[in-house]
Amino acid sequence: MSDMEEVAGPEGPVAPHRVIGTPPPTPRLLGSGHGAEDGGTGHGTEVEPAEERLPAEPEYPTHAKNAEKVVAASFVLAFLAGCGFIAAYIGLEVHSVDAVFRSNLALGLSLSVALLGLGFGAVIWVRHIMPDAEVVEERHALRSTDAERAAFAEYFSEATGASQFVKRPIIRRTLMLATLPLAAIPIVALRDLGPLPGTSLRHTVWSPGRRLLVYGTNQPITPAEFSAPGSMITIVPDGYQDDLDALAKAAVIIIKFRPGELNVPTRTNGSTVIGTMNWTVDNIVAYSKICTHVGCPAALYEQTTHHILCPCHQSTFDATTGATVIFGPAPRPLPQLPMTVDAEGYLVAKSDFTQPVGPSFWERG
Amino acid sequence: MSESLDVPKALSGTGSWLDDRFHGARGLRVFMRKVFPDHWSFLLGEIALWSFVLLLLTGTFLALFFVPSAGEVVYHGSYTKLDGISMSQAYQSTLNISFDIRAGLLMREIHHWAADLFMAALTIHMLRVFFTGAYRKPREINWLIGIGLFTLGLLEGLFGYSLPDDQLSGAGLRIFEGVLQGIPIVGTYAAFFLFNGPFPGDSIIPRLYILHVFLIPGLILALITAHLFIMVHQKHTQMPAKGNTENNVVGQPFFPYFMAKGGAWFFFIFGALALLATFAQINPIWLYGPYNPVQISSASQPDFYMGILEGALRVMPAWEWNFLGHTISFSVLIPAAIPFGIIFTGAGLWPFFEQWATGDRSWHNINDRPRNAPIRTATGIAAVVFYGVLWAEGANDVIADFVQIPLYTVTWIARVLVFVGPAIGFYVTRRICLGLQRKDAEMLEHGLETGVIRQMPNGEFVEIHRPVTEDERAILEAKRPSALMPTAGSEDDNGVPSPEVSGTLGRARAIANRGFAETVVVETNGHGNGHGNGHGPADEHVAVPAGGGPAELPGGGDGEDGESGES
Amino acid sequence: MGWINARRRRPVAGYAALLLGLVVVGLLYGVLTRTGGGAQAAPTSASQDIAAGQKLFQATCSSCHGLDAQGTSQAPSLIGAGAAAVDFQMSTGRMPAHEVGAENARGPVRFSQQEIYEIADWVASLGGGPAIPDAQQVSTSGADTALGIQLFMANCAQCHGFAGDGGALTYGKFAPALTQATPTQIYEAMLTGPEAMPVFADGALPPQAKRDIIAYVVDTRTEPNPGGLSLGRIGPVTEGLVIFLGGMGFLVLIAMWITAKRREPWDVAQEENARMSQTAGTSGTSGTEH
Repeated sequence: MSDMEEVAGPEGPVAPHRVIGTPPPTPRLLGSGHGAEDGGTGHGTEVEPAEERLPAEPEYPTHAKNAEKVVAASFVLAFLAGCGFIAAYIGLEVHSVDAVFRSNLALGLSLSVALLGLGFGAVIWVRHIMPDAEVVEERHALRSTDAERAAFAEYFSEATGASQFVKRPIIRRTLMLATLPLAAIPIVALRDLGPLPGTSLRHTVWSPGRRLLVYGTNQPITPAEFSAPGSMITIVPDGYQDDLDALAKAAVIIIKFRPGELNVPTRTNGSTVIGTMNWTVDNIVAYSKICTHVGCPAALYEQTTHHILCPCHQSTFDATTGATVIFGPAPRPLPQLPMTVDAEGYLVAKSDFTQPVGPSFWERG
Repeated sequence: MSESLDVPKALSGTGSWLDDRFHGARGLRVFMRKVFPDHWSFLLGEIALWSFVLLLLTGTFLALFFVPSAGEVVYHGSYTKLDGISMSQAYQSTLNISFDIRAGLLMREIHHWAADLFMAALTIHMLRVFFTGAYRKPREINWLIGIGLFTLGLLEGLFGYSLPDDQLSGAGLRIFEGVLQGIPIVGTYAAFFLFNGPFPGDSIIPRLYILHVFLIPGLILALITAHLFIMVHQKHTQMPAKGNTENNVVGQPFFPYFMAKGGAWFFFIFGALALLATFAQINPIWLYGPYNPVQISSASQPDFYMGILEGALRVMPAWEWNFLGHTISFSVLIPAAIPFGIIFTGAGLWPFFEQWATGDRSWHNINDRPRNAPIRTATGIAAVVFYGVLWAEGANDVIADFVQIPLYTVTWIARVLVFVGPAIGFYVTRRICLGLQRKDAEMLEHGLETGVIRQMPNGEFVEIHRPVTEDERAILEAKRPSALMPTAGSEDDNGVPSPEVSGTLGRARAIANRGFAETVVVETNGHGNGHGNGHGPADEHVAVPAGGGPAELPGGGDGEDGESGES
Repeated sequence: MGWINARRRRPVAGYAALLLGLVVVGLLYGVLTRTGGGAQAAPTSASQDIAAGQKLFQATCSSCHGLDAQGTSQAPSLIGAGAAAVDFQMSTGRMPAHEVGAENARGPVRFSQQEIYEIADWVASLGGGPAIPDAQQVSTSGADTALGIQLFMANCAQCHGFAGDGGALTYGKFAPALTQATPTQIYEAMLTGPEAMPVFADGALPPQAKRDIIAYVVDTRTEPNPGGLSLGRIGPVTEGLVIFLGGMGFLVLIAMWITAKRREPWDVAQEENARMSQTAGTSGTSGTEH
């Protein structure tokens, strides 16, 4: 009992048998030619075959002829530019910065001209060569008619009844039961995406006696070599200078102060010492370079203000007082690395950091 | 008269073959004659559409050369400044594309500019739809699809520019991981699962790659298809004009007009991107160097569409709770969740909120002029100001450097403006809208000044006003103010409390309704051609009295007059 | 003047006037703000005229730094600062300072290189300090730019930007762009840590590492931008501005053109006007409204 049945005759499909509520979408064309502005008094609800056609020629023939020349010229230019692209691609080498500069310029310019030429020509074509036409189309109601809705509801309840889905709760419930684990499988199967964090966020690779190396040159450093007040340099742990995973937590900066400037108070977290002057050597202090906000390297050091500034979100730490936060979103001071010198006089770590470095996390404590 | 052209045999032969199998003649004819209304702002969504097509095309080219691997190699390629450096294969293959593949740099740049253009066009398109009220019934679903596209586009761009593993995007990934790590309870697990261990690991690049070239584009493609399908099925909205009614679409037929314009538009968009790729260098990864977590640069910003997240992270002061062995860092959580949360949730709920507040359940196929919906426009501007302040704060170090003001001052200004700015924006915009409505009413009543001075016989000089034309009148009168609900807690004649406005929620609804219904009455019977003819507009700023329910039939501004005297 | 007068009312006239005004102002600005050249003839760094240096110092620098360079409330002591610091500050025009306490930016150089060397030698004689590097020490031939970029990105880029275009510090200070610094000046800056910049002594950054960094900086600033205009080399901020103002702006204008209402074509209107003015014989427009 469908309303929209297509009648198929033996010779082939016949026009669908339309019923209530679906007017055929035949727009009525009105207002061709001059003065397109007042060409729209929309009457178009009739289906009559007295449809007007699109005008075949533009209103101003000479003007259209002139425009045609412009369009043709534009397309020819686009053609030439397109050929230019191919020529430039074949003819121009790359493999050096200067060569790429030339090649990019030539290829890009020819491509731009080809595309813009096509676009420009097309717009002139539409606006000056195609005859102006304004068409009015009726919108059909989006809401289905009450009869359509009733028919839908009727079939739906019929079909649901036929499926017995509602009448037999046991199969319904067991069906849902059966699909539950299948739905969970995609989530379960993702378990091996990565390892559990465990306690790895609480430690870095720093360990007692591990030498501080200057990043880049990978040379160890003695306090004598780092004696100019106001010095700062980036440090990486010996043995891990190329390990990005380790460096993302173990990067350190050391700063040299004049006597009397450095005044790291002894701070504890519960029973753990997290900062003290004892961890400095000869007015050289070592802080984690990993910002406690979201982990960028807190690299800017201003000698005059003794501030360490992280360039990502401007968290600012005072290097003379244990990298305490003085501005910005970082919630905690930069952890201090316990430092001492080894037998040969090189700066080494006394131990790992005594608190987790980097951004906060739930289990941090 | 028109002449029909003979269809060439090849075309008609193919056509018949297809039609035998697909019953296409009638449907295709309907579609070819489909009317698309003409307004420049209706072309904005197409910028996004064609940009996406170009992203697919250029992206395919790039994917033929890019190696999505974090495996370390030592560089010995054409960019000699980096000779001998250790870098990932992803970075190396990007250098390769830039310097050793002809047209490679051009394709990379078109791809990146197209991504930026996609997001920029989406933003402007979304604002156009919002300010003209085109999201109203029956287009709410399309609005939600659009917000979904916006979110997917954000992620797609973020993952895309992180693929080359350069210093700048690597810093962005570091921030991303830090934010992820800070989420309560599940944060560390999420971070370790995504990165397959601690940051950076060597799995993030190939994982982002498959998300960027397969999963997300597939979703975007599906949503775009749905978006366009719905738009074609429901037909596009149109601007108020003479002859435009709620029940018609006026414009030019798809074939040949709109097709030609659409084609031309594609070429212009492609051409604009090609021009940008030629003359404006984007993402010069060779200057950034390969990523190392020990290195960082000043002026490290993400692409502009992530700017509000960056700004939120910068504007936030330090705030963290430690309790019972656990830490919640609000410095990170609030910026991560609140700004985008407000924007997306607000945008998603707005059509339904507006329906609730105005009680308007009619279909809307004619767009609103923004001035005729003061609360909507003011809210939109407030959201834009909120977005804009955070976006600008994301560039605070660049602004401080460029404008030569201290760094912290920029942040403090943003901290204040992020609250004060939207409030001021709302207030000022609402007043401007009402003022413009008043101007419209005056124009209808007094006509337009012509600048022509005439001397009357008695010696007086007057300026001639001309009446508004029919076209102008149609636009000025195309205002359909919302109906006023009964006052909160009121009862009808029989003492029955009105259900719409009872209870706390009902009282809130009544307040909202009052705001939405506020409008300037438009004079529809004024002569519009003199110095007001002796009567001025009296008490024009009234709310439309109750009784005029939202009509489903067309008709702008008919009915209620204000209390003006007759001429 | 008739030619200009006849075209005064055309819409393009306004744009032409604006353009002319901008060009004139631009030329004037360029001429009037040309900085004095500080280039000198090739100097020798082996000046031994310490006495001459002392005289110059006491004439100019002592008003802030004290007669014996011991420092005053306005300026720090220079004893132990070294010749390199003096050469850097004076050859970049930062010293003599314009203002006490302000951050000094690069400016016009007020002394000849010979005079600067004399002052530097005198200051060095007071208490040692880093020496002026010679040509060999700052030569970048054979330098390893790969190491240079690593060191630069870890220790310099966070202030000076990844391409050495400068950046903001706190409290109104700025890390300058490195576009004009000579290799000697870069070396000296690393060695002496001027103003807020930290010190990168040879113990931490050996001379070869410094040369690698200098090679990187010089290479980068002379390198062409193969992708087009550099947009400032500060990253996505300017890219975002370009896409909105340039990209979207251009496209919106094109969209307005594509969808504009069709009006009577200009050549047809001109013909009509010409015809009507011939037949009617009156001047002026034919009273059409807009």
